[in-house]
Amino acid sequence: MYLDLNFDALLAQPFFDELVHGAQFSLALFAACWVLAVGLGILLAVVRISGLPFAERAVAIYVSYQRNVPMLAHLFLWYFGISTLLPADVQSWIGLHGGEFIFSTIAIGLYMAAYFSEDIRSGLRSVPGGQTEAARSLGMGFLTSIRYVVLPQAINISLPTFTNHTIVLFKNTSLAMALGAAEMTYAVREVENETFLTYETYIVATVFYLAISLLLMAAGAVAAKRVRLPGH
Amino acid sequence: MLALSKVNKWYGNYHALVDITADVQRGEVVVVCGPSGSGKSTLIRTINRLESIHKGSITLDGTDVHSKLQNVNKLRSRIGFVFQQFNLFPHLSVIENICLAPMKVLGKSKTEARDRAASLLSRVGLANKADAYPQQLSGGQQQRVAIARALAMDPPVMLFDEPTSALDPEMVGEVLSVMKSLAKDGMTMMCVTHEMGFAREVSDRVWFMDKGAILESSDPDTFFTNPEHPRAKSFISDLRH
Amino acid sequence: MFEVIETNARFLLIGSYPNGPLGGLALTLILSLLGLALAFPLGLMLALCRVAPFAVLRIVSGIFVYVMRGIPLVMLIFWSYFLVPRLTGHAVSAFTALLVTLVLYQSAYLCEVIRAGIDALPKGQFEASRSLGMTYGQTIRMVILPQSLFNMLPSLLGQFVGLVKDTSIGYVISVNELTFSAQQINNSLLTRPFEVFFLLALTYFVVCFSLTAGVNFLERRISRKSVPTNAALEVVNASAV
Repeated sequence: MYLDLNFDALLAQPFFDELVHGAQFSLALFAACWVLAVGLGILLAVVRISGLPFAERAVAIYVSYQRNVPMLAHLFLWYFGISTLLPADVQSWIGLHGGEFIFSTIAIGLYMAAYFSEDIRSGLRSVPGGQTEAARSLGMGFLTSIRYVVLPQAINISLPTFTNHTIVLFKNTSLAMALGAAEMTYAVREVENETFLTYETYIVATVFYLAISLLLMAAGAVAAKRVRLPGH
Repeated sequence: MLALSKVNKWYGNYHALVDITADVQRGEVVVVCGPSGSGKSTLIRTINRLESIHKGSITLDGTDVHSKLQNVNKLRSRIGFVFQQFNLFPHLSVIENICLAPMKVLGKSKTEARDRAASLLSRVGLANKADAYPQQLSGGQQQRVAIARALAMDPPVMLFDEPTSALDPEMVGEVLSVMKSLAKDGMTMMCVTHEMGFAREVSDRVWFMDKGAILESSDPDTFFTNPEHPRAKSFISDLRH
Repeated sequence: MFEVIETNARFLLIGSYPNGPLGGLALTLILSLLGLALAFPLGLMLALCRVAPFAVLRIVSGIFVYVMRGIPLVMLIFWSYFLVPRLTGHAVSAFTALLVTLVLYQSAYLCEVIRAGIDALPKGQFEASRSLGMTYGQTIRMVILPQSLFNMLPSLLGQFVGLVKDTSIGYVISVNELTFSAQQINNSLLTRPFEVFFLLALTYFVVCFSLTAGVNFLERRISRKSVPTNAALEVVNASAV
């Protein structure tokens, strides 16, 4: 099978711009989803251990719902379903201001928030109870002991899984193409349709995703080194 | 200094502490001993409110420990507690372990806290381990750091919950000698321990507990040579064999 | 809501069968079962390569697993749909392309689950077996695998749940599974998108939740016999879709 790959054609306009914009869209979507997912994840984890009535049950139901329904179904429900429930002028505003980006961010952000909250929760639970007892026995209050004793240890424990889920989040942004969002996969398909350079365009997309995944893994390894318990 | 009056505690239907009435004078060293499951650890943990009580009262210099109005953090900063499992903070160095609470709870400055920590480390014989991490130390060394950490808060009373039970035999001595020197310096101490040699040498009073109640409270000489209560008698004779 | 369910439930659940090809939830489940059945032997082989004493096997399988876990499922399905006809020489249905994608993708995750199971066994098992004179192959076949696969059973079944969710990617190449069927229903109804997609989400939830509950039940029964390995469930939950 002799492959005569022609990457030069992809450097020409308008294809090059399309691909670059696709990459930018993917990265922007990743950033927006990640911020939403981490923020909401922390909130959910804290609410869950707060001891408020029904808090545990409510968060557990939320997490279960998010994790048992595939990402595509979530995306469709938000973009095609829930959008129609909004008042008409909100719908048209959203339509004019990148509805695909907005609903993808919401759907993916909410989905990954469930995973991140579980990571944080299991991290908090892995810190031995004696640590909290020792901190409280020294006279440290609840928040002080969380901040200086429990949380540093919890972050150290949950970092590998957290990094994994960050990479999963990044891969999930590719599903936004099913909504017609102009992210990398969508851009690659558009260019492929116009140029018929299937191998070349697919390789570009694959390299993009692999490279960013690798970068995220490296970032995770650096972070893990920094929070590693000394002497280990 | 420390007064317990008719303290009772239940775990469900199980009566864990039965009508405990006793007191600890300033400067006194009290050893609490008895068979496993007798409630010794539960009792000592109620004193700094790691466990709750259902009836009765515990007062420290007149203040009711378990009152809801009491600021529990302020109270705990005046009671030093040493755990069987040391519970040092693994993400902090030895000196950071000792300085954390004085800085965050007592508001001491970093230099103030560090100076005091350094002198306490010398006192427990670990001056050269200031920058080491807990995982790098032996059990006996870790427990001595834990004692220094508790002392850093300048508490008027120190509680020890089986401080040597988790240690290899050859390290028990180094921890006991720190505790002995504390006693000699006049610290008010309450120790739950199986180390009867320590009890005979250092304590002013021995409380013998079984099934949640204090069955006998006497001075160490009397207790070890001629205890009154029959269960105390069998406990002492079991120790000898 | 209910008329939507009444008129379209059949299509959502079994497609146009018997008047046409099987589709909907039935197709999803068939794809999942076939996918797991085919991915398992491949995953097992990869896992054995990953722990093999030969560096070449370890590196090649490592690269495969890394690539499968690094690229999104949607790119993988486009690659399959494009390459499989080219590699086999004849046209390939979307169903086949989807199946190939799912098998390759899941085999990488199954490999990691099985590898975690092998690593979780105490090293003593391997050492004892070799000390008795058994070869590497015999050790793997008769000592290591039976134990680790039994321990990993809940995680392996948990991957099945992940697979059910992954089948939804068939949408992008128009395979008539559950998600695509829902979209088709929506395209014909046009006026009730919320009801349709809510039903879609609900169907997945009921199916996956029941399967997960079944797996949890199984894990509790297995845990009574051996050490629970909750860490492996984390691998399950890391799959993409």
